[in-house]
Amino acid sequence: MKPVNQKAWFLVLPVLVLVAISAVIPLMMVVNFSVQEKASNGQFFWMGTKWYETVLHDEKFWGALFRSLSFSAIILAIQIPLGIFIALNMPRKGWGVPASLILMSLPLLIPWYVVGMIWQMFGRVDIGLLGVMLKDFGYNYVGDPVDAWGTLILMDVWHWTSLVALLSYAGLVSIPDAYYQAARIDGASKWAVFRYIQLPKLGRVLTIAVLLRFMDSLMIFAEPFRVTGGDPAFLSIELEQKSEELGWASAMSIIFFLIILAISWVFYAVMTREDADVAKPESAS
Amino acid sequence: MARIDLDRIRHAYGPNPKSEADFALRLVNQAFDDGGAYALLGPSGCGKTSLLNIISGLVTPSQGRVRFNGDDVTNLPTEKRNIAQVFQFPVIYDSMTVRENLAFPLRNRGVKQAEANQRVDEVLGMIGLSGIAGRKARGLTADVKQKISLGRGLVRSDVNAILFDEPLTVIDPQMKWQLRAQLRELHKRFGYTMVYVTHDQTEALTFASKVVVMYEGEIVQIGAPEELFERPSHTFVGYFIGSPGMNVIPTTLDGASMRLGAYSAPLPVAPRLRGKPKLEMGVRPEYVRIGAQGIPATITRVEDAGRFRIVRAMVQGHSITAISPEGDELSADPHITFDPKGVHLYADSWRVDLTVEAAS
Repeated sequence: MKPVNQKAWFLVLPVLVLVAISAVIPLMMVVNFSVQEKASNGQFFWMGTKWYETVLHDEKFWGALFRSLSFSAIILAIQIPLGIFIALNMPRKGWGVPASLILMSLPLLIPWYVVGMIWQMFGRVDIGLLGVMLKDFGYNYVGDPVDAWGTLILMDVWHWTSLVALLSYAGLVSIPDAYYQAARIDGASKWAVFRYIQLPKLGRVLTIAVLLRFMDSLMIFAEPFRVTGGDPAFLSIELEQKSEELGWASAMSIIFFLIILAISWVFYAVMTREDADVAKPESAS
Repeated sequence: MARIDLDRIRHAYGPNPKSEADFALRLVNQAFDDGGAYALLGPSGCGKTSLLNIISGLVTPSQGRVRFNGDDVTNLPTEKRNIAQVFQFPVIYDSMTVRENLAFPLRNRGVKQAEANQRVDEVLGMIGLSGIAGRKARGLTADVKQKISLGRGLVRSDVNAILFDEPLTVIDPQMKWQLRAQLRELHKRFGYTMVYVTHDQTEALTFASKVVVMYEGEIVQIGAPEELFERPSHTFVGYFIGSPGMNVIPTTLDGASMRLGAYSAPLPVAPRLRGKPKLEMGVRPEYVRIGAQGIPATITRVEDAGRFRIVRAMVQGHSITAISPEGDELSADPHITFDPKGVHLYADSWRVDLTVEAAS
């Protein structure tokens, strides 16, 4: 039998400390606030689950949650296919490669708040290019919820489709030539090549793209806040408006956090299910 | 099935080839007979894969024509050439089952369901994968994946030829023998035209009835395995085929006799040579005898190769390799002789025909 040696714990210690300071302790503080009430004299009182009940009975919370999830669903439905489509059509050799890569990274380099500012001005019906062009069709993102939604979705697509495209492009160029050659030998159509070679090989990067875009879009704050001043009110904006109420905001943060965690886990589990199927017979043999 | 003609094929991968060295294929004229089993043998980078890809249409040659049964297909795309090709590394469609993988080439060509099913079942049986036909192809071992690739090549009954590009590289040695035997069996049964690229001489010699040896973008010899062994037409063939390779020793001619240092041996005829070529004598280690008579030699090393020994010796300042049966006593004062039927003369690396008819 091997001698039991506890020294290995010391090697893990730095990581544990780092994770504790960066994630666990702040999170526990939020948990702590979510079950207490701060009185005006600075004293804390035990509240139990009362804040959680308040949040869960708040219609505004459910409305914001619905809007946030809808927003994520819409932008995923646009950005993922569009990103793949762009990646498929990006050049594979020559000067076009660096040119398109740089072009695609540009929106990603702009700070989120600035993106909000750009689109806020872009959509203004008095001076903005988009606003002036669409004014005659009755477009105005101030006051018209449909136009506000449209503007925010367009902005997010403009800002983040590049990320999906770049990830997909990286996945596409890593497919060995032999696959395309075999497909030609097998007489596969362009669609069959996409369906049976490119899409399956993109599976992993698409998992990452979907998770990143889902989490980020649920947490979107700076841009809509800058563009429309917080209308439609997503969860993040609702949260910001409650930030004075420490207990309420904390309870909502925890619920928000759990929702993102749960949905991300479902995404991850579904998208990596095929790999798991395979791992089993191999480990058995 | 088809006869394949390569007519003055030259190919360069760069856009503006300036010198001969820019050509991956310098000049290839070759016919592959209908139903023949050919091996393309040569070291890495000699152009054998390029040649294969030119046949299948994955590469369009810079110059020359490709003909199937006399029809010019040089500009025909791969999918229209009706060729099967198996690559060095297994290519499988991850998201499909083993059965769907095999049916894929048929489905793309609109073969009827019932007929496709029958073909797939047949091929599944041939390659021994009937048991896992319903499994997802992802996550199978490399040799099973390669069998699937192979199966996709065999499933179409109407292909013009089946091309193999070092298909057994990723397969375990034991499985290699088995698969190679299966391929030969399939060739016998169905009479496919097969071209098999390899850099492994054993593989080439056991698979093919005709071996095409390539060197630096050219075909240096085509022949049955025995011919390549007995009469290598280029010093490269002598060196590349056989283990250990042929001894190639600089020599000079003195009328009808060939000299090695202070010794000389008569040739059947005096060869007629143009200009002043570089002359070499080639003799396989199998034809070098060690005994008490002949040219004195110094043995520098003896390697035990199992059933025989490889003897390295210095003779007249040249290093010579000989094969000596196991158990033979090596003389304390060794001399070597060459068996005349294994001695060849090379002028500028090409074999000189020394038969009486050629000289007259």
